[in-house]
Amino acid sequence: MVTHDSGAAHHHEPPSGFIWKYIFSKDHKIIGIQYLLLALFSVFLGMALSLLMRLHLAWPALKFPFIAGGAMTGEQYLALLTMHGTIMVFMVLTTAPQSGFGNYILPIQIGAADMAFPTLNMLSFWTTFLSLVVMVAAFFVPEGSPIGGWTAYPPLSALGQIAGPGQGTGQTLWVVGLAIFCAASLMGALNFITTVIDLRTRGMSLLRMPLTVWAWFITAILGLLAFGVLLAACILLLLDRTAGTSFFIPGGLVVTDQIINHKGGSPLLWQHLFWFFGHPEVYIAILPGMGVASHLLSTFSRKPVFGYRAMVYAICGIGFLGFCVWGHHMFVSGMSPYSAFAFSVLTMSIGVPSAIKTFNWLGTLWHGKIQFTTAMLFALGFVSLFVSGGLSGLFLAQPSIDLFFHDTYFVVAHFHLIMGVAAIFGIFGALFFWFPKMFGRHLSEPLGKIHFWFSFVGVYAIFMPMHWLGMVGAPRRYAEMSSNAFLAPLMPIHRFISIAAVITIAAQFLFLFNFLWSLWKGKKADQNPWNATTLEWSIPSPPPFDNFAGEEPVVYRGPYEFSPPDIAEDFLPQHVAPQRVARGK
Amino acid sequence: MPWTTVFDDVEIIQDRGKGRGNEPPAGGDDDGDAHRRPASPPERRYYTGLMLGLVAILMFFMALTSAYIVRKGFGDDWQQVPLPPVLWVNTGILLASSLTIELARRRLAASDPSGFRTLWLVTTGLGILFLAGQLAAWRQLVAAGAYLASNPASSFFYTLTAAHGIHLLGGILALVFVAARHFDRAKVSRGLAAEVASIYWHFMDGLWLFLIALLYLGR
Repeated sequence: MVTHDSGAAHHHEPPSGFIWKYIFSKDHKIIGIQYLLLALFSVFLGMALSLLMRLHLAWPALKFPFIAGGAMTGEQYLALLTMHGTIMVFMVLTTAPQSGFGNYILPIQIGAADMAFPTLNMLSFWTTFLSLVVMVAAFFVPEGSPIGGWTAYPPLSALGQIAGPGQGTGQTLWVVGLAIFCAASLMGALNFITTVIDLRTRGMSLLRMPLTVWAWFITAILGLLAFGVLLAACILLLLDRTAGTSFFIPGGLVVTDQIINHKGGSPLLWQHLFWFFGHPEVYIAILPGMGVASHLLSTFSRKPVFGYRAMVYAICGIGFLGFCVWGHHMFVSGMSPYSAFAFSVLTMSIGVPSAIKTFNWLGTLWHGKIQFTTAMLFALGFVSLFVSGGLSGLFLAQPSIDLFFHDTYFVVAHFHLIMGVAAIFGIFGALFFWFPKMFGRHLSEPLGKIHFWFSFVGVYAIFMPMHWLGMVGAPRRYAEMSSNAFLAPLMPIHRFISIAAVITIAAQFLFLFNFLWSLWKGKKADQNPWNATTLEWSIPSPPPFDNFAGEEPVVYRGPYEFSPPDIAEDFLPQHVAPQRVARGK
Repeated sequence: MPWTTVFDDVEIIQDRGKGRGNEPPAGGDDDGDAHRRPASPPERRYYTGLMLGLVAILMFFMALTSAYIVRKGFGDDWQQVPLPPVLWVNTGILLASSLTIELARRRLAASDPSGFRTLWLVTTGLGILFLAGQLAAWRQLVAAGAYLASNPASSFFYTLTAAHGIHLLGGILALVFVAARHFDRAKVSRGLAAEVASIYWHFMDGLWLFLIALLYLGR
């Protein structure tokens, strides 16, 4: 076993034995795949929870065989809602795009043999795994999982059992699991940033990094700055729950006919700490997808990224502004209108870098020789969902409009489109693009395209009607809406959404089949099946243990040299020396 | 085209646009002679990693600090706990340990391993003494009837000192690691490990000065 690994271009021996090779591996490629498998498990778990929620919403009397008494209670619905949000946000949207693909691809794209700290990398994965185990354990304690939502607002999240089923042990497990996740994410972020700063190979200047690397880099910086704050908040919440302190619990509370023996705390303090993390978290989920979309649009349009520098500055701008807007999650908390105005203006100013990115994506496509591979379809789907989900953000950024929309399905539609499915489409695009590199085989393109169209039409069928529900005032987080005279007429829309959800979820098994089948039976991939330009395509598929076999690659140019004139092929890889470029069309 | 500069593969770039109408400019290739940029020396990552770790720790303590300030201004139940006098002794101990660790590093640079070892162990001892002093401060508070849940001031006192103590304990483990490890086969030298550990140590010292100022001024 290599005890003091390094990412520099030293040739070192791969570890031997199954456990050191595949379980406690320090190889960034294995760790990346471990993260992706963790996310794959989590996404199907989270999806199953959402399926149960949708079934209950559309047919409230429906009986479930695994629930005592058959029909779902309101509290059980809230438990599903809480765990769906938590698992999806942390275990899928934070791990797959950043820790999964970032771990696998980033070191190769900058020409390194591994991450800067391989042992720390292994530790981050296993800490993340531990955090998933602790969180999922909440399902199996007697009172079940917490019902306070993925934001866990106090005082109800701080009071324990008295605040409802699952608010006892379940909520404690949730807080502990989240704190562990913070520690894991901090270790990962530190590793990513150090790798980008110090392990770039010769010639890989900052402005020659692929936009994927830029996105992972900025995302890691956001993680480094944000997760420490959430960790502090989790510790204070845990103390309120277990040690009798009153950081977040105000005085004079009477819950379930009992006087709460706490005083003076501020529930809003939690909201500030949580959203100071929570808003950057949105960009932690979506920025890697933006990087992947840029990368794929350029590769499959056979054109350089339009406005590479502007794209880099836009990523940095979004990352910076992401820290200045957390208050827009708190417009209805009674905040001063002046603060709300400031947060509102800052929030809407994120539209500027976002529009730059969208404009440049369209500019990249313009007059391109577009190849409609499945990866490209998902990248185009990402752009579509990013625009659709982003536009509703401009509505919600205005305090007066948010007062009405805040607790409605409009918000559910907004954040699912932009943070949920857009990021998921980024993950799918990345998987179809890099699967040949990672496993040496292609995913099936025909299956992939069927899966894409079902998913693309499906998510719009699910989330577009939710905007209408929100506009007429259908409240979110309600378990049952059929018995209310005002909400009952909306039930057909709810049923439509649920049917769309069932079909879309069913289509995901097509993907699961494609994934497993292609691992063993997929079409063999050669070194550079997409005729792409970045460094990962200069080494075999799958790459050897130390990526570049002890060599140090040299980078001669930017990452998106597609269709340069007077060149034999329509792409010019980063590592090909100028004197070796084959000339002439 | 004004956005390209001249270097090896410049002809390829400058050719772009010939007969291609309003082709958008190529991205990411206008960074001068950056292809001659050498890779970083391998040991630099330890400094970078350490600095990033300190940033994360700083964010953690800033979150607690802002919670302290907000909570103090918010509730009407803030009853100041008197700072145990032993804290000032502890502060002196920690300052002294920063001095000894610096002296130890100079001994190492002057190729005096035994002098280094002695001073390094003195630093470790001072660190343990500091933690013992912090425990004594907790005992004094408990004797005065101020528990973790007594009131927000005492809650924050215990939380902040415990958080700092755990981080300092990490520093002590790092010191022990540097002293006990055989560096013959390792890729890092003892000097590098000692330097990284001592930067962390100084940071913990500075962080403590900040926290005691916060607790003192926040009375």
